[in-house]
Amino acid sequence: MSLTVLIVDDSKLARIVAAKALSALQPEWQRLEAGSAAEAHDVFAKQQVDVALIDFNMADKDGLELAAELRRDHPGLPIAIITANIQDEIIAKARAINATFVPKPITKEGLEGFLSGAALSLRSKTI
Amino acid sequence: MTPDIFLDDLERDALTEIVNIGVSRAASNLRKMVGQQVLLSVPSIDVVSQKRAARLISERELPQLVAVRQDFTGAFSGRALLIFPHEKSLELVRAVTNDELSAADLIAMEHEALTETGNIILNSCLATMANMLRQSLSMTIPVVIRGDSATLFEATDATAAEAPVLFLYIDFTVRNRNISGYIAVLMTLPSLMALKELIAAFISRVLSSDG
Repeated sequence: MSLTVLIVDDSKLARIVAAKALSALQPEWQRLEAGSAAEAHDVFAKQQVDVALIDFNMADKDGLELAAELRRDHPGLPIAIITANIQDEIIAKARAINATFVPKPITKEGLEGFLSGAALSLRSKTI
Repeated sequence: MTPDIFLDDLERDALTEIVNIGVSRAASNLRKMVGQQVLLSVPSIDVVSQKRAARLISERELPQLVAVRQDFTGAFSGRALLIFPHEKSLELVRAVTNDELSAADLIAMEHEALTETGNIILNSCLATMANMLRQSLSMTIPVVIRGDSATLFEATDATAAEAPVLFLYIDFTVRNRNISGYIAVLMTLPSLMALKELIAAFISRVLSSDG
């Protein structure tokens, strides 16, 4: 099953790191990138996105706000919040909008659980 | 003024990202100490004179500041500061001691509590950055300094005040507490050049296929 993943991070380098980990774990999945929350909304407006990886600390709008907005329109979308900021409030907010926490810097190991969970939940929906 | 003559776009992006990760870890530690969420700004990175760095802080704050300062040496060297407006410093001490101290004890504990808080914040930030760059840094014992921003950023001699430095700073506030301040890092030009090489190596590791 080929899925489309959107990577949202205001750091180009962080997007490269995320894309590399993704291609190592799920080489068939299509990867898209957005450099801000606004760009992410544009991508969602234009095409189907199956999975979202969202950086927390972004300049214009933070990743949790973006995730909450996306959650309203896409109740089943697997969302990961990527951050080194492991404060309880941020973890709690991510849980409240049913997003997964992935530690930054992103590694294959850190991302693996989220991606296999996402693949599983999307597969179970299509059956 | 931007550091573009020193760092290209991707290097600047990488440095911002590394600082972001370092400061996020530091904020997570501070959160454990104060029991409230710590909110951070996105890091600002500028190459300015030491004088201008002092002015950037003084333009935004009242003259009386308290800072915990640690110098670091290694592949790159510099100075890290945790800075508060003077009137917020006791509030921070109150927060890290769980509101359990009397007013007199609070004042007695202030110096030690500030030193320890600064030590934890600055170390977690710098250690994370050093690890990402695969370097080790030695940190001096933290010292508490009081004064205006010129005192905090005081250069070793008159010519150094005009010399360009890499100036990184991040604002932070503690939710539900009247606490706000800055984490600032200053690095001189030779260190910035060393840092530029380490960032380039970091980028090529990130871009290489073996990760």
